[in-house]
Amino acid sequence: MANSPVTTSEDSSGLMAKAIKEGLFAGLLAFGMFLLYVGIETYQNIDNKLVWRTRWGLLAIFVIASALGRFLVVGFIKPHIDRRKLAKAKAGIPEISSEKGFFHTHFLKIALVALVLYPPLAIMLSGVQGSLKFVDNFGIQILIYVMLAWGLNVVVGLAGLLDLGYVAFYAVGAYSYALLSDQFGLSFWILLPLAGILAAFWGIILGFPVLRLRGDYLAIVTLAFGEIIRLVLMNWTEVTGGTAGISGIAKASVFGIYSFDVGAPNNFAKAFGLPMSSAYYKIFLFYVILGLCMLTAYVTMKLRRMPIGRAWEALREDEIACRSLGIDTVKTKLTAFAIGAMFGGFAGSFFAARQGFVSPESFVFLESAVILAVVVLGGMGSLTGIAVAAIVMVGGTELLREMEFLKHVFGDDFTPELYRMLIFGLAMVVVMLFKPRGFVGSREPTAFLKERKAVSGSFTKEGHG
Amino acid sequence: MEYFIQQLLNGLTLGSIYGLVAIGYTMVYGIIGMINFAHGDIFMLGGFAALIVFLILTTFLAGIPVALALLVMLIVAMLVTSLWNWTIERVAYRPLRGSFRLAPLITAIGMSIVLSNFIQVTQGPRNKPIPPLVNDVYHFGDVTISLKQILIVLVTSVLLFVFWYIVNKTPLGRAQRATEQDRKMAALLGVDVDRTISITFIMGAALAAVAGSMYLMYYGVASFADGFIPGVKAFTAAVLGGIGSLPGAVLGGLLIGLIESLWSAYFSIAYKDVATFAILAFVLIFKPTGILGRPEVEKV
Repeated sequence: MANSPVTTSEDSSGLMAKAIKEGLFAGLLAFGMFLLYVGIETYQNIDNKLVWRTRWGLLAIFVIASALGRFLVVGFIKPHIDRRKLAKAKAGIPEISSEKGFFHTHFLKIALVALVLYPPLAIMLSGVQGSLKFVDNFGIQILIYVMLAWGLNVVVGLAGLLDLGYVAFYAVGAYSYALLSDQFGLSFWILLPLAGILAAFWGIILGFPVLRLRGDYLAIVTLAFGEIIRLVLMNWTEVTGGTAGISGIAKASVFGIYSFDVGAPNNFAKAFGLPMSSAYYKIFLFYVILGLCMLTAYVTMKLRRMPIGRAWEALREDEIACRSLGIDTVKTKLTAFAIGAMFGGFAGSFFAARQGFVSPESFVFLESAVILAVVVLGGMGSLTGIAVAAIVMVGGTELLREMEFLKHVFGDDFTPELYRMLIFGLAMVVVMLFKPRGFVGSREPTAFLKERKAVSGSFTKEGHG
Repeated sequence: MEYFIQQLLNGLTLGSIYGLVAIGYTMVYGIIGMINFAHGDIFMLGGFAALIVFLILTTFLAGIPVALALLVMLIVAMLVTSLWNWTIERVAYRPLRGSFRLAPLITAIGMSIVLSNFIQVTQGPRNKPIPPLVNDVYHFGDVTISLKQILIVLVTSVLLFVFWYIVNKTPLGRAQRATEQDRKMAALLGVDVDRTISITFIMGAALAAVAGSMYLMYYGVASFADGFIPGVKAFTAAVLGGIGSLPGAVLGGLLIGLIESLWSAYFSIAYKDVATFAILAFVLIFKPTGILGRPEVEKV
């Protein structure tokens, strides 16, 4: 840092003036933006008539925070970052460091062991009943998103087909399980693969007409398909139960040996002489979804090394070149859709078994957006990055549910849950702005000449469909 | 027959609103090639601004003429949403220009989530009903036309003419068209590209605000979740008409409005959105450039 040029006092006074000016401008802008929405509150009075009252204090906080934030960014944070960048560029540190620590090389094994040990650890720390929260809200919830994001990664990250309606396949899987177990009494372990196959089938049906479409057009048609499936589920009341959904879906069993139904003679807790608790079912489900995630990761990694995986990545980089080399783009795209959809179907049937209840509410566009956000924020194509993104984004917002102590700070009518999606959206924007290539912006190439070198994300193109 | 004409009129009104929102999508897509997912929520913000202004006006100036009140609502809504869209472009989209294409799409989806949740948090999750502003209704045989509908179609037509004029006849419009064709070349020839893009966002937001205010006037209710479905339908309209084309957006909007009202009149109300989306899919599959769009040349 010593040899980096130090800004002269003249520069810094100019900088201060600029910072103050920009800060004032930001404050003014915030005043204009928030005056109506924050400064005024509309609510219904006792006569059910819409009335309003002012919230000047809150408005002042918003305006001052914006002004101060902008002032600090322009005056202090940005110059600091610039100086650091300059120093880094002078020192000549390469963007991608090739040395890897123990943690880095054994990351997969460490992560897997940690995940396997997670439920027992949760029980040890907070008791059987207390572990429910950790295993269910954090463990299972995050792993479902990991699995969905890995599944979508096949379509978006590997084949470069932008799919905004992925939640449709999740819905197909969930409803397949719910309806088939309800109507025919089939067990989870038969219906899990069946739901995957049905979803894959739908992937092909929906994929076939959109083969000719590229980029944003593909995105919007997949969004339309996703909405169509949700609307049909919502309105086809005779079969799907409409907006009320289907409840009382059968639980999964330990391969038919032990059941988790309270009344069943082979109840898991009874068989082992344990006190009754719903925690065992959740812990069992945790291992099921962990297994499903491992399967997804394994299949994805294997496929990437097979001709079809190579074809996907070639398709992502350049479709025209792909076709001129004789790759069957129809087959390539359809397999990507089908395999991505299959994983979505698995996750869906798992979701139905876990909730015991499905309704169209769970399959709105927002879910597709969240899954896509996890894929992109993780760094498309990188399984580790996606898992990290799922933990940060989904785990982070789940954490907000737990922040009861905030009630003591902000008063009793403060509900942190209300801010969950607001913060999720802000996080999406902020992460994208600072790391447009995602958390893990480098990839390991599957094909190489002599040695495997990490490729910076900036060198790999995203798909155009 | 009267029933048909009635539905035609309803569809036309709805279609005008979709058309106005669709112009914002199509202009932004044309100029920087991104789907501005937050545009539907800008439309919702416009509706809320109009609602709040209406409440304030009726408290302080109880006897205010309706026309003046509407004008004030429209102008304030346009100003506020313009500020929002300008800021959003500045903060969330501009830094990512030149980055890979999915990045601004993700921030746009993020902004959409932020905006709808921001309104949910600050204004509450309940639907906000307002008393009807314009009540006059005219009868022509069995067909009824309300003044609301006439107003909506009229305002849309006037705004369309103004926008058509701006884009086709003014230096600003020339700069926009130049930026749309080739951003780098336009910059080399002295077009302030950043400013042009900012103005495009402002124009889109202003139109969305008008649409939002009229949506509020037409249905008499505003909700934080109102951004998504009309937004997607307006985008559908933009694609249907051929994205990047201004008359296409309006044509698409009118078509979507007509399809929606005729479908709900003759088939089933529950599946009206399914019809819209299915038609979108069909059009894109068989004529991906839309009705008035120019075919994209594929270059290696």
